[in-house]
Amino acid sequence: KIERSERERGRKMGIRFILMVNKQGQTRLAQYYEWLTLEERRALEGEIVRKCLARNDQQQCSFVEHRNYKIVYRRYASLFFMVGVDDDENELAILEFIHLLVETMDKHFGNVCELDIMFHLEKAHFMLEEMVMNGCIVETSKANILSPIQLMDKAH
Amino acid sequence: MNSIFSGTRLRDMIRSIRACKTAAEERGVVRKECADIRASINENDPHDRHRNLAKLMFIHMLGYPTHFGQMECLKLIASPGFPEKRIGYLGLMLLLDERQEVLMLVTNSLKQDLNHTNQYVVGLALCALGNICSAEMARDLAPEVERLIQFRDPNIRKKAALCSTRIVRKVPDLAENFINAASSLLKEKHHGVLITGVQLCYELCTINDEALEYFRKKCTEGLIKTLRDITNSAYQPEYDVAGITDPFLHIRLLKLLRVLGHGDADASDLMTDILAQVATKTESNKNAGNAVLYECVETIMAIEDTSSLRVLAINILGRFLSNRDNNIRYVALNMLMKAIAFDDQAVQRHRVTILECVKDPDASIRKRALELVSLLVNENNVKQLTKELIDYLEISDEDFKEDLSAKICSIVEKFSPEKIWYIDQMLKVLSEAGKLVKDDVWHALIVVISNASELHGYTVRALYKAVLTYSEQETLVRVAIWCIGEYGDLLVNNVGMLGIEDPITVTESDAVDVVEDAITRHNSDMTTKAMALVALLKLSSRFPSISERIKDIIVKQKGSLLLEMQQRAIEFNSIVDRHKNIRSSLVERMPVLDEATFNVRRAGSLPASVSTMAKPSVSIPNGVAAAPLVDLLDLGSDDIMAAPSSSGADFLQDLLGVDLGSSSAQSGASPGPKAGADLLMDILSIGTPSPAQNNTSSVDLLSTAGINNNPSNALDTLSSPAPPHIATSASAGGMFDLLDGLSPSPSKEATNGPAYPPIVAYESSTLKIEFTFSKPSGNPQETNVQATFINLSPDTFTDFIFQAAVPKFLQLHLDPASSNTLPASGNITQNLRVTNSQHGKKSLVMRMRIGYKLNGKDVLEEGQINNFPRGL
Repeated sequence: KIERSERERGRKMGIRFILMVNKQGQTRLAQYYEWLTLEERRALEGEIVRKCLARNDQQQCSFVEHRNYKIVYRRYASLFFMVGVDDDENELAILEFIHLLVETMDKHFGNVCELDIMFHLEKAHFMLEEMVMNGCIVETSKANILSPIQLMDKAH
Repeated sequence: MNSIFSGTRLRDMIRSIRACKTAAEERGVVRKECADIRASINENDPHDRHRNLAKLMFIHMLGYPTHFGQMECLKLIASPGFPEKRIGYLGLMLLLDERQEVLMLVTNSLKQDLNHTNQYVVGLALCALGNICSAEMARDLAPEVERLIQFRDPNIRKKAALCSTRIVRKVPDLAENFINAASSLLKEKHHGVLITGVQLCYELCTINDEALEYFRKKCTEGLIKTLRDITNSAYQPEYDVAGITDPFLHIRLLKLLRVLGHGDADASDLMTDILAQVATKTESNKNAGNAVLYECVETIMAIEDTSSLRVLAINILGRFLSNRDNNIRYVALNMLMKAIAFDDQAVQRHRVTILECVKDPDASIRKRALELVSLLVNENNVKQLTKELIDYLEISDEDFKEDLSAKICSIVEKFSPEKIWYIDQMLKVLSEAGKLVKDDVWHALIVVISNASELHGYTVRALYKAVLTYSEQETLVRVAIWCIGEYGDLLVNNVGMLGIEDPITVTESDAVDVVEDAITRHNSDMTTKAMALVALLKLSSRFPSISERIKDIIVKQKGSLLLEMQQRAIEFNSIVDRHKNIRSSLVERMPVLDEATFNVRRAGSLPASVSTMAKPSVSIPNGVAAAPLVDLLDLGSDDIMAAPSSSGADFLQDLLGVDLGSSSAQSGASPGPKAGADLLMDILSIGTPSPAQNNTSSVDLLSTAGINNNPSNALDTLSSPAPPHIATSASAGGMFDLLDGLSPSPSKEATNGPAYPPIVAYESSTLKIEFTFSKPSGNPQETNVQATFINLSPDTFTDFIFQAAVPKFLQLHLDPASSNTLPASGNITQNLRVTNSQHGKKSLVMRMRIGYKLNGKDVLEEGQINNFPRGL
C-alpha cells in the first residue's frame, strides 16, 4: 500500500500555474496548466497576490501554502514571479526554475521589466512554451529555449 | 502588422488599459475593445485576426470573458502561415480547455500539423497537444506522437516525449505503446530530450505495473550511470547553475530512481553508491545544490532500507534545519515530517529546534513546524511540549492563535494522561484564545468536567478565577457560567479542595456578578446569554439568600431584543416567582454527560439530528442555552430513538436521577412518545415534580398519540399535571417552539433510521426552493433529494429550468422536473441524486442556477447551498 502511495504522487502535475504580478497586484502574465474558470482564476489570483505581497519581509521564506497549492514566489525589481505547484514538488528547484526563467527573459529582452512583458505578452508566452509543457520542464538551456524564438523574429 | 485597419493597435490598447486609474475605467476600455473585436470578427478579414487574438489574450489575462474569440483561434491554426499558426495555437492553449467541444474541431488541423514538413509547425502542434489534449484527441493522435519521439531533431523529440506523458495520463491503456520509445530516450545525450524522457518514464511507471518492472530491470543501471556522468561532468556553461550541472536533470533522475527503488531491494541496492555520492559531494552553499540534496534525501527515504544512507539523510536535514536561510529551514521541516515514519528518534532529537521554528516570525515556517510538532507528541513528552506551546500561545500573533490553539487542543485531548491536567490545559487555552476555539472543543471540555465529579469544586474555582481576568474570551465565559450554574455551591463553600489549591473567598454575590456580567455584556452572543440565563435560574435555587437579586437580573431580560431571551426570561421568572416548591428539583444538577456517546457523535458517525433541528427561518437553534447541552447529551441520535422501550426509560431515568422505569412501565408507554418526553425534559433541564405526576403525564402523552403532528397539544397535556399555574401561555408557547423543530425527527427516525430535516435551499422574492432528503438503504454515500420549487409571485413562470453543479468529490444526477411551468403560488418538484465520495468527511455543497420566463422576460437566479444537514 505504501508503494501505491509513492506512485500516486507521480500522478500529480508538477507546475500548475505561473503568474507574473506587479507590485500593485496587477497580473501581467498568467499561464495555467490546469483548467480553472474565469471566476476561479480571478479569485485565486487575488488571494495569492494578497498573501504574497503581504509577506514583504526579506527574511521570510519564498513559499506560501494556499488551498491545495504551494506557491513558490520570488520578487525581481517590481515584478513578482509566482509558481503554483503540488504539495510535494521540490520547492527549491522551482525557485531555481524561476531564476532560469528570469535569466532567459533577461537574455532576450535585455534586463527585462514589467513593460517588456506587457507589450510582448506573446513572446513571453512563447518562451514559457519552450520551457514548460503540461506542467513539466522541457528545456533548461537558455540558448535552446531562445533559438526558435530568435529564428522566428528574424523570419518576420 | 500595420495600423491602417480599423480599431486600435495592440500597443495602443495596452497603453490605454495601463492609463486607467480605476477598475471601472478599465472595464470601460475593455468593453469597447471587445465590441470592436466582435465587429472585426464579423467582418471576417483575415488580416485582423492576428491582432484581434493578441488583444484577446491580453484581455483574457486581465480576467475578462473572451469565449467569442475561440473560433478565431481555429481559423488562425488552419491558415498556412507560420506566424498565424503560432498565435492561433497560443490562443488555443490560453482561451480553450479540453472540455470545450470547439476543441474537437481542431483535431484535424493538429493531425495535419503533426505531419507538416516544417519542423517548427510540428513543434507548435506538439506543444498544444501536450498542454490541452483530451482523452479522445489522445487516442486519435497517439500514433503520430509515437512516431515523433524518434524524429531526427531533438527539439521535436523532447516535445513529443512530454506530449506522450499527457497522452498516457489521459488514456492509460496506451502506456504499453510508449515503453520502448521511452527507454530509448534515456540513452540520449541532449539534456532536453533526457529530462523529458525521464519524465515520460516516470509517468509510465506510475500508471502501468509492467512499465515499472521493465524500467526497473532494464534501465536502472543506465540511469545510475547517467546521473553519475552529469554529477561528475566537467563545467558546461550552458547547463551550469552555481557549480552544479543541470540541477533540474539531477532532480528528475533522482525522482525516477525513487520510484524504481521503492519496494525493490535489488534496485535500491544498485543505487546506494550514487546516492551516497550525491549526498556527500553536492555543494550546499547555494540554492541549486540544496535543491539536489533535498531531492536526494527524499529518494533515500523512499527506497528500501539502507540504514547508513538514512543516517546521512537525517544529518543533511539536521544541517538544513540549523541553516539561516528560511527556505532551507522550510524544506527541512517539510522533509522531517516524512522522516518521522521511519526514524522517530532521530527526528525527536531536533525537537528543541523545531519548537523554536513554531515561534518563527515567518508564517509558512510556523505552520510547517506546528504540523511537525504535533506529529512528535507522544505520552512521554506531551506535558513538556504542551507547556511550550501554551507559553508561546500567550505571546503569539493574533492570526496564528487559531491554528495554534486548535493544535494544542487536539494534542491535549489525544494524549492527556489525567483529567486534572486536561482541564488545566484547556483552561489555559481558553484563557488565551477562547474567542478562537471551535464549539466542539468547549463542548468536549464540559463533558469531561461533568464526568470528573471529584474535580467539580476545583474546576469551578479555577474557572471563576480565570474568567475574572479573561472575561473577553467568549468560550471561557461559557464554560465558566455553565460550571457556576451547576456547581455554584461548591464555589462559595470551597468544597472538595485539592492540596494544590489556595483557598479563595467567593461570596454568592460574587458568583452571580460573573454571570450577570456575561448576560449584560454587549458583545456576548446569544448562546452565552442564554447559558447565563439558565445559570441564573439554577443559582436562584442554590443561593436562596440572594434569589431576589437574581430574579431582578432575570426580569431585566424580559426587555431583551432577542425573542428567545425574552421568552425564557418570562418562563424562568415565573418559575422563580411562583413555584418555589418545585424549583429545587427543576434545577438539579445535570446528570453526568455520556462521554462515549459524545465522542461518537463528535467523530461525525451519527447524524446530528438535534443540532440541525432548526430550519433557517426559526430562531431557536443552538441559541437556547439548553440546546448545546442537548447536543452533548445526544438525545437525538438514532440509537436512542430506535432502541427498545427500556432504553428510552433508562435514559430518562439517568437524566432525572429518578426511578421512572416502573411508572413508565405501568403506563405501558411505547418508545415513541417517551422519546419525545425525554427531549422535552432535557431541553428545559427540568426534573419531573414527582413520579406520580409523571405517570399521569405519560399516560396523557399516550392518549394524544399525535405528539409529532400536534406538539402543542402534547405539551398542554404534559404541563397539565404540574401545579395549574405553571402552564402560562408564554411557557407553553416556548416549549411549543422547541418542539416544533424537534418533532419531525423522532417520528422519521422511528421508521427510516437516520433522517435529515428538510431545508430551505434558496429563497428570493419570487421563488423558494425546499429540499427534503432520504437515503437509500445500503449506500450511505448516496442521498436522494427532492427539490420543491415554489412560486411566490402572482405570475406564472414558464420555461423553468433548474441547473446544479457540485465539486469533484460529489456526483450529481438530475431527474427531469415534474413540469417546466410553475403557476402562481404553485409548485413543481424535481428529484436529484447526489453521491458523496467523501461521505463522513465532507458535507454536501451545491451551486445552482435557475432560469425561467416571467411575463415574457428571462429571469436568471443563482445561489449556493451550504446549509445541507451534516452527515449526508
